Amino acid sequence: MIAELGLALLWIAAALACLSLVAGILYVRTGKDDLAALVRPASVAQGVLTAAAFALLIALFIRSDMSVELVARNSHSLKPMLFKIAGAWGNHEGSMLLWLTILGVSGALVAIFERRLRNDTLIATLAAQAALSLGFFAFLLFSSNPFKRLPVAPPDGQGLNPLLQDPGLAFHPPTLYVGYVGISVAFSFAVGALITREIGPAFARAMRPWVLGSWIFLTLGITAGSYWAYYELGWGGWWFWDPVENVSLIPWLAGAALLHSVSVTATRNALRAWTVMLAVIAFSMSMVGTFIVRSGLLTSVHSFAVDPERGTFLLVLMALYIGGALTLFAFRAGAVAEGKKFALMSREGSLVINNLLLTTILALVLLGTLYPIVAEAMGEKISVGPPYYNKVAGPLALILCLVMVAGPLLSWRKDDGKKLWLRLPAAVLAGAVVLFSLILFGGKVGVLPLLGMTVAGIVGVASLAPLWGRNLRRTPLPTWGMVIAHFGVAVALAGMGAESAFIKERLVAAAPGETVTVDDFTVKFVGVLPIAGPNYTAIRGTLVATTPAGASFTLHPEARMFPGLMGTAPTETNEAALLTRPGGQLYVVLGQPVTGPDGTADRYQLRLWWKPLVWWIWLGGALIAVGAALSMLGRAQLLEIWRARRARKAQERFA
Amino acid sequence: MKAKHQRLILAAVALCGVGGAGVLAASALRDEAAYFRTPAEVKEGKAVVGEPMRLGGMVAAGSIKRQADGLTIDFVATDGKASIPVQFKGIVPDLFAENSGMVADGRMRADGTFVADKILAKHDEKYMPPQMEGMDKAVAKGVPKA
Repeated sequence: MIAELGLALLWIAAALACLSLVAGILYVRTGKDDLAALVRPASVAQGVLTAAAFALLIALFIRSDMSVELVARNSHSLKPMLFKIAGAWGNHEGSMLLWLTILGVSGALVAIFERRLRNDTLIATLAAQAALSLGFFAFLLFSSNPFKRLPVAPPDGQGLNPLLQDPGLAFHPPTLYVGYVGISVAFSFAVGALITREIGPAFARAMRPWVLGSWIFLTLGITAGSYWAYYELGWGGWWFWDPVENVSLIPWLAGAALLHSVSVTATRNALRAWTVMLAVIAFSMSMVGTFIVRSGLLTSVHSFAVDPERGTFLLVLMALYIGGALTLFAFRAGAVAEGKKFALMSREGSLVINNLLLTTILALVLLGTLYPIVAEAMGEKISVGPPYYNKVAGPLALILCLVMVAGPLLSWRKDDGKKLWLRLPAAVLAGAVVLFSLILFGGKVGVLPLLGMTVAGIVGVASLAPLWGRNLRRTPLPTWGMVIAHFGVAVALAGMGAESAFIKERLVAAAPGETVTVDDFTVKFVGVLPIAGPNYTAIRGTLVATTPAGASFTLHPEARMFPGLMGTAPTETNEAALLTRPGGQLYVVLGQPVTGPDGTADRYQLRLWWKPLVWWIWLGGALIAVGAALSMLGRAQLLEIWRARRARKAQERFA
Repeated sequence: MKAKHQRLILAAVALCGVGGAGVLAASALRDEAAYFRTPAEVKEGKAVVGEPMRLGGMVAAGSIKRQADGLTIDFVATDGKASIPVQFKGIVPDLFAENSGMVADGRMRADGTFVADKILAKHDEKYMPPQMEGMDKAVAKGVPKA
């Protein structure tokens, strides 16, 4: 019953999306108010029903209802509960339903909370959002039904990729999806504003919290994904320039550019056409990313559907939406009035440079990601790896950070370049101190890490400059947000630089009882024991790490073995053990047993890393998200709305 | 300065930026195209000794030899057309085995051995760089001597 109910809810939601779209179009064309009244409630109902359908799918996974094909293929009755739930979105159909749920819920939230836009623009926006939903409803219902029943229920399911059975990863895809799809609201706002020609500060202010909100989730999703790859894959790296990572980075870059340009539009009524264009690009990049990852063009842990029919469907949908929005833009761009002008040496000027650099990095990453696919279609086989990205993105990112130093210190419209230097001595001093101490005491450090740490020093100090001489309690939230986010960039950059410059590695084959030293740590390899987990067996090593101060810590790296279910091959994974210290992390991987001359395994391969400041990378990511969240709270003016409401209530009480 | 002029200047700056980035990307991509090599390409002399590169091939059957230090392994990477001896010190990924694909980062030594500092197995067993497609079938027909 649950599955049938879920499917029915999806059909009703699709019908409601259809209604929103038709009513929206009619309203925009005829201006009749009675139709417009339908759009808001229909959008809300569509969001609620889609979310309910998704909840039913989760219920099916919790109950391990193997008569549903999706559950049978992706779950197992013995799986821990968290992974049963995560199994609901750990597959193609479920993840598309999640995508639709977020589309619907964000549309519903716009319908409920947005009060700043002109009514016709809001209706056009909701209609655009409904049009997006409708396409993906068609995709889900006609080619990827998640509620499909099997003629005969198998005794048990096939399980989930063991690599994906990690608590952190259970929440990584939904977080990223909220970011990916949340930016669809910006797309719909842009389309709505283009249709009604209302492009100006009001539109930008309405759009800004949505851009910030989805960007927060993208930031968190990317940060969490990076940390997952770091400890789960056992290679100790935190970014691989894997195509799948790139397609999450590309919308993030577009979102970063957009949230900067939207504030120019909101504050100064300039860069209007560009902001609209970026809003279209940002969601287009989300769709391109999803298409590349999910269509099976790239074979990886992320690709679910290797099915040409589905790939074609997604491609057509994407072409329709992106092409449609760009066509609309081409027709209306000429009508977008000229923005306010500004000097190059001004806040706007620096934000324009910021946008140019961000979009250039975006284009280069996109090029590197798509190039192998295009080259392969033309019969040439090429893979693009880290050296390309480091070469093209590294220098541009450092320049971008330097622009970030100047931007917040410049005033709007026009500023004096000489005055800028007067505001910077502390930052320049910090950079110089970092640079010289690295050159004097750092030993041999690569150029990129060296520059990275220097720029981190400059940015770290300069990012705090907007707070100097201010009453901190009176400083508006968005300013705090900007300061914290920019400071987070410096923290992450310092972590990346320090990790790649000063990493220490030891690789040994150790017998139980042996000690190894890595950096300042003395690590004793105590031994290994076989253990049994809920759905795997493992060899668990025990190591005791002692610091020079005499404190000791126990580490347990594991080599896990997941049995093959229903005829699939068994899988091994390596669980690294991490010891987090103020100065960095000790990272231990247990390798294979080493057979001695007598044929018995007497030693084990161990790989130990000391990674200085490595956790700063993710701390930086978290700070960026926190900064964006503060900024969003300030921009959404929730506090003001709440205060006004309270004041009004207080007045009513007296009256 | 009129707003229109400002737009023009901005557009010109943007174009220069994009052009510069394009040149940068093209040169980096050209290097990149030379980064990944198959054993046959190495045998043709396309790899420069000492330059960082990536070698992709199948691990030849019966070729894995572990040294007494417990860490160093020697094996032969092949694509069915040519074979290259590889030496690697470290922990091999879980999916590393004879008769299956591997991708290694490292450099060629003057004696014709590839010294790997990292062996990659991507997220799952299905992943292979496009250059390695069909290599397993070629290898099944026979492996040339290293």
